[in-house]
Amino acid sequence: MSEIQNYTINLGPQHPAAHGVLRLVLEMDGEVIERADPHVGLLHRGTEKLAESKTFNQSIPYMDRLDYMSMMCNEHGYVSSIEKLLGVDVPIRAQYIRVMFDEITRILNHLLWLGTHALDVGAMTVFLYAFREREDLIDCYEAVSGARMHAAYYRVGGVYRDLPDSMPKYEASKFRNAKDLDRLNSNREGSLLDFIEDFANRFPGIVDEYETLLTDNRIWKQRLVDIGVVSPERALQRGFSGPMLRGSGIEWDLRKKQPYAVYDKMDFDIPVGVNGDCYDRYLVRIEEFRQSTRIIKQCVKWLRENPGPVIVEDFKVAPPKRDDMKQNMESLIHHFKLFTEGYSVPAGEAYAAIEAPKGEFGCYVMSDGANKPFRLKIRAPGFVHISAMDEMVKGHMLADVVTVIGTMDVVFGEIDR
Amino acid sequence: MNDSVQTTPQERLDALADNLRAQFEQRGCEISTALGEITMVVPREQLIEIATQLHDDELFQFKLLIDICGVDYAGYGSSQWVTKEASATGFGRGVDESECEASESGSDRFAVVYHLLSVTLNHRLRLRTFVETEHPIVDSVIGVWNSSDWFEREAFDMYGILFKGHPDLRRILTDYGFVGHPLRKDFPLSGHVEMRYDPEQRRVIYQPVTIPARTQMPRVIREDHRPLAEEESANV
Repeated sequence: MSEIQNYTINLGPQHPAAHGVLRLVLEMDGEVIERADPHVGLLHRGTEKLAESKTFNQSIPYMDRLDYMSMMCNEHGYVSSIEKLLGVDVPIRAQYIRVMFDEITRILNHLLWLGTHALDVGAMTVFLYAFREREDLIDCYEAVSGARMHAAYYRVGGVYRDLPDSMPKYEASKFRNAKDLDRLNSNREGSLLDFIEDFANRFPGIVDEYETLLTDNRIWKQRLVDIGVVSPERALQRGFSGPMLRGSGIEWDLRKKQPYAVYDKMDFDIPVGVNGDCYDRYLVRIEEFRQSTRIIKQCVKWLRENPGPVIVEDFKVAPPKRDDMKQNMESLIHHFKLFTEGYSVPAGEAYAAIEAPKGEFGCYVMSDGANKPFRLKIRAPGFVHISAMDEMVKGHMLADVVTVIGTMDVVFGEIDR
Repeated sequence: MNDSVQTTPQERLDALADNLRAQFEQRGCEISTALGEITMVVPREQLIEIATQLHDDELFQFKLLIDICGVDYAGYGSSQWVTKEASATGFGRGVDESECEASESGSDRFAVVYHLLSVTLNHRLRLRTFVETEHPIVDSVIGVWNSSDWFEREAFDMYGILFKGHPDLRRILTDYGFVGHPLRKDFPLSGHVEMRYDPEQRRVIYQPVTIPARTQMPRVIREDHRPLAEEESANV
């Protein structure tokens, strides 16, 4: 009988299931993982270093490129840390817009997670379904900011502009006949809020659709139940946050426990898992779809009834109206100074955290009184989660590694920064 | 847990600050409160002892380590553009290139900042411990919080701070074979080397950076004259 030896295999960095550029060095005993050593940093762009050489506002677009699946949530974390240092009060309408788009972003992120996770595990259909709904939400991003992914919509002191009154429509082309065009544009006749409300009304039904495909699916359960079990104690020791922590049964959600923006006025529940395995984390995120939809509906209702300013009228941090800038010398000076030199932030340090779709996303900003941050540290949830890779896959089979990568919902933009 | 939900954030903050003062002030820690956050400067010899107490003590229960980051204090508060002179002599982009004089800062140039969170008592704390310039070594807290593993590797990679007791202190974010610690203030933004494909050698090669460094917008420190902000700070 031949002797069996441990061997090392290399997974990635170019692998469809690696969700980007993860290189995993796996030490195997047959098909069982003895040790997993994730090599990250292949997407390192030095965001923190770059931010030190740019004015505060110029770094907002970099935040989109961190976790490029939850763009606006990253912006929210960044601008709220600066607002904390500056002592700026954000107008209430801007806070509702932020909460609404945070939740849209959460759905966007979870849709991608669901699609790719299912695809990795072997269910092709869910991926196509999830991307169908992502398209609608990306259109919301486009309507409000002009960009489909990297929105750069949040500003220190509010948001870049108010919600538009019309929704971009599909245009006629040789690939679409009039009937198709009418169908595609049927929910785009009104304002952006009408479109979002229509989405929020039909989305719970769509989530049911996903669930019929997966929740009781025999193969899905065989691949997820009892895989990557994390006890509550270990989850805390490993610094988990977000759905990874809630999946292990710890009821912790910054939106409830340390509310920011207007989350304290929202009515929603925190789903919590029981077993701490991949299947529980799947259920938690599915429930977050429904809870996010609830929050979006409440925001739409409020935003319809309460017009108002969406950015502070403090021209040291926010630009004056374009009309004023053309007419008024003072406004022109403000505009010029703001877009060249930026604003100086009082010396001090602040840490602001938000509940991003993946967990706690925080920005630690140190200012020495200059117009550029002295130090910006981005606390990315994915970085912490993937550091627990070794612990989570030890003793599992090679195929389960893919499931664990999927359940962590890793995106390398934020891990590598 | 129910107590913490009923109390307001301000009450929790005050209670935590009082408890910290009672426990740690006589041990050489400085506790300060600003912007609704508590910062405690810890002497580096006592870091592990204090971290263990913060983790285990019923009063604190900081079970979750949120973040560890290094900080390089070289050039703190330096401005590249002396506004007063520039305004007196007319407009000019007087960029002072001597931005990063690493030697200027004293013996403790680096610091390690820890962010802690208690999910049971719902409060946060920031610890800061200063590290020597010449021998930046600090004890690893990996025994207290396992999640410090990668954070410490990152701080080592970015700042060259060594963590005593860390089992596997390798570079993490930079390239294999990278030289230097990129987030140090004396490390140029464009780096030291660039990479390109060399058609003659038919492989990717490293060479010294060919683009000159430039400053698009100088660092400017200005007093904040907004009356509102001053009023608020006077009230606090």
